Amino acid sequence: MQFVQNFPFITIILSLFSGPLCSILGGKKAKRINQAVICIVMVMSCAVLAFVMQSGTSYVYMMGHFPAPWGNEIRVGVLEAFMAVFFCIIMLLCMMGGVYEREQKLEDTKQNLYYVLVNLLLSSLLALIYTNDLFTAYVFVEINTISACGLIMIKQNGRTLEAATRYMIMSLLGSGLLLLGICFIYDLTGHLLMSNIQEQVRILAQTGMYHMPLLVSVGLICVGLAIKSALFPFHSWLPDAYGYSTVSSAAILSSLVSKGYVFLLVKIFFRVIGFDIVCDSKIMNILFVFGIAGMIMGSVSAIQENNIRRMIAYSSVAQIGYIYMGFGLGNTAGVIASLYHILSHAATKALLFVAASGITDASDNHTDFFKLTGAGYRNKLAGIAFTAGSLSMIGIPMFCGFISKLLFAQAGMDNTYKMLPTLIALAISTILNAVYFMKTVIRIYTPVSRKEIQKNGYQNISIKEQPVKSVALILFIILNLILGLCSEPIVAALQSGLGMFA
Amino acid sequence: MSKKVPQKEYERTLSYHLKEWLNGSKEILLDNVEMKPQKPFEEDKELLVERKKEEQQRFEKVYDLKSNREVRFFRKAYRVLSVLFCLFLVLMLLIAVSNLPSFGDASNPVNNEVSKRYIENGLQETGSVNIVTGMILDYRAFDTLGESHVLFIATCTVLILLRIDGDKKGRSGMGYEMEEDRLYEPKNDVILQTAARFLVPPIFIFGIYVVLCGHLGPGGGFSGGAIIGAGLILYLNAFGFAKTERFFTRKTYQRSSFCALACYALAKSYSFFTGANHIESVIPKGTPGDILSSGLILILNICVGIVVAGTMYTFYVMFRKGDY
Repeated sequence: MQFVQNFPFITIILSLFSGPLCSILGGKKAKRINQAVICIVMVMSCAVLAFVMQSGTSYVYMMGHFPAPWGNEIRVGVLEAFMAVFFCIIMLLCMMGGVYEREQKLEDTKQNLYYVLVNLLLSSLLALIYTNDLFTAYVFVEINTISACGLIMIKQNGRTLEAATRYMIMSLLGSGLLLLGICFIYDLTGHLLMSNIQEQVRILAQTGMYHMPLLVSVGLICVGLAIKSALFPFHSWLPDAYGYSTVSSAAILSSLVSKGYVFLLVKIFFRVIGFDIVCDSKIMNILFVFGIAGMIMGSVSAIQENNIRRMIAYSSVAQIGYIYMGFGLGNTAGVIASLYHILSHAATKALLFVAASGITDASDNHTDFFKLTGAGYRNKLAGIAFTAGSLSMIGIPMFCGFISKLLFAQAGMDNTYKMLPTLIALAISTILNAVYFMKTVIRIYTPVSRKEIQKNGYQNISIKEQPVKSVALILFIILNLILGLCSEPIVAALQSGLGMFA
Repeated sequence: MSKKVPQKEYERTLSYHLKEWLNGSKEILLDNVEMKPQKPFEEDKELLVERKKEEQQRFEKVYDLKSNREVRFFRKAYRVLSVLFCLFLVLMLLIAVSNLPSFGDASNPVNNEVSKRYIENGLQETGSVNIVTGMILDYRAFDTLGESHVLFIATCTVLILLRIDGDKKGRSGMGYEMEEDRLYEPKNDVILQTAARFLVPPIFIFGIYVVLCGHLGPGGGFSGGAIIGAGLILYLNAFGFAKTERFFTRKTYQRSSFCALACYALAKSYSFFTGANHIESVIPKGTPGDILSSGLILILNICVGIVVAGTMYTFYVMFRKGDY
């Protein structure tokens, strides 16, 4: 065994270890440790990715002295390593983008707790990505839920507390359903290890035994994870949670936390149940319908919204709808499109949240739509970044949103019955996206007279004033362009990763 | 021949008092302890009406029920739909459960090679007499590592939510809370203190026993830690913050739980690393049944115990006072 193969386990333990470490340090030191940990994890994951790409197969890493069905194990393939690298990049940029706001708005004595939460969140995301055991996944889902709750309410005011309470109730309901589903599956198969469950499920599917409980358990898991990742009818917790928390919290929650659950769902589809069995069970059709409903309803709610942060939050509902629609297509191309959309949405939504904070900074911290008039001139970089993010969300070529929409359309072509609804929903959703994003872009580039600026006390913010945030914004734009322009190797990597996933 | 004790002298002895108390002829607490029946809590009627009215007004203001037809409709529909949905869920789960493999059947899928090896080789492979402890701290130690971090992060979020910091503007922060807390703190309650003086040491010793013997019998870090935490809470209630803060403050908690979690993570990293790379572990298993046996399990149990005890105590203090 080569030394590189130890890296996934080392990254999980390192980020777990750094959580309690941050709790005994001051805010500044905790921040440095957090950045260092994310960077180290990123470099290590890159090494793992290079190794797995080269070897061309996935490998199993035994956690302890006992082999898999008895002990724990993690499994590393191209897809897992790629996701780990990508999540680290996004998390680093999100933390960079929110650094000034955290220093201003959080209480000094609670600064370090923020980094505790982020470190443990990172470790739970890594564990969710790598794990090959359903119960380990559940334990780290718990960590993920609690730390996300903390990230919402750490900026303490009435709004965030209410949002955090709502998030906790909904999210725990989701966890409960997930746990119930896992219990059912354990009872039916006698295993918690993903690969062994799949063997047993295949036997059950062939003999037709326990058909009904198996269906219920898959349904419970799907609904549980759908609640946690805010699929359309379960999205009511989302706008407040994303709209009022700090920028980095909102960006991390929308681009990483919900995506972690979606990734777990992909894992359960492919590795636990088996994709063909899930597709036969018609559950995919339900996900497809709700995905499409989410795409449209999320955008409609976003159009009605007057608060820029909440508008971006509602846009997340629509994008999660895209991802579930991709699953619902019931073919591998659809799942590839969904996985690509996970990447593109993570990169774009985080960019939009950070850019929106730049815009509101230049408007005396007002998030109200009408107060933002002309903010693109006052904070030039944020304006450009917001425009770039909007274009990407709408799906203009060169940006990553275009590629994911193209992949969805192509995947839709393969499915005879769902082709038409897919294409129509994509078209309507694109138009609705354009309506609310272009509305905002036009609003921030509408000039206002000098008198009004002085009257309201708006300030100009130059690029050099907040260097870290500016760097984060520029890197976000570059990431978007890379995903949009060099999509072919990424899609190829996703395909090979999904191939060695099952 | 024993000496005859005069009646008057006998009446002064402890055994006579005890006999009296047992017979019920005399209530020994009657003249010694001041007893007042507690008044049942009654809210002032006017205040109650006012409070209800205010709540109603606030509710109407927030949701604007008169002009918000959507909310009005939703509130009615919600009740009906939630009942229907719950009935549906209950029915579906009941049907699903009734189709599961029957409970306790030997041919169930759960009785497979996994549990067989745990039961048959558990003692040999982990050195722990208690197979459950062997399972959670050796076979599946990674899950338990996550689980103890769940406790830690739960305390962190409670700290974020409830901790009151001294440097807040407006009011004097800690000072104000301290004063307020003194109002509710027991004022040297004799019964409680005497009882606590007797109870706390055995509780601690029992908790430590449960933690240390987790690999030999029922118990372990989670249950033992909970017992120790309960003992700490009892001690706090009897003697107040002034006494407990001499040895247990937030810093103590954070440092001790950091040390415990770090120790757990390091110990287990060693065994994960050696296990995955097929290196022989140097940690001896010892003789099963000895207190110093079963490899790392004892250390891990102690770590988990520290984290659990600190978590319980911190939860209690945060909800009661806000800082310590």
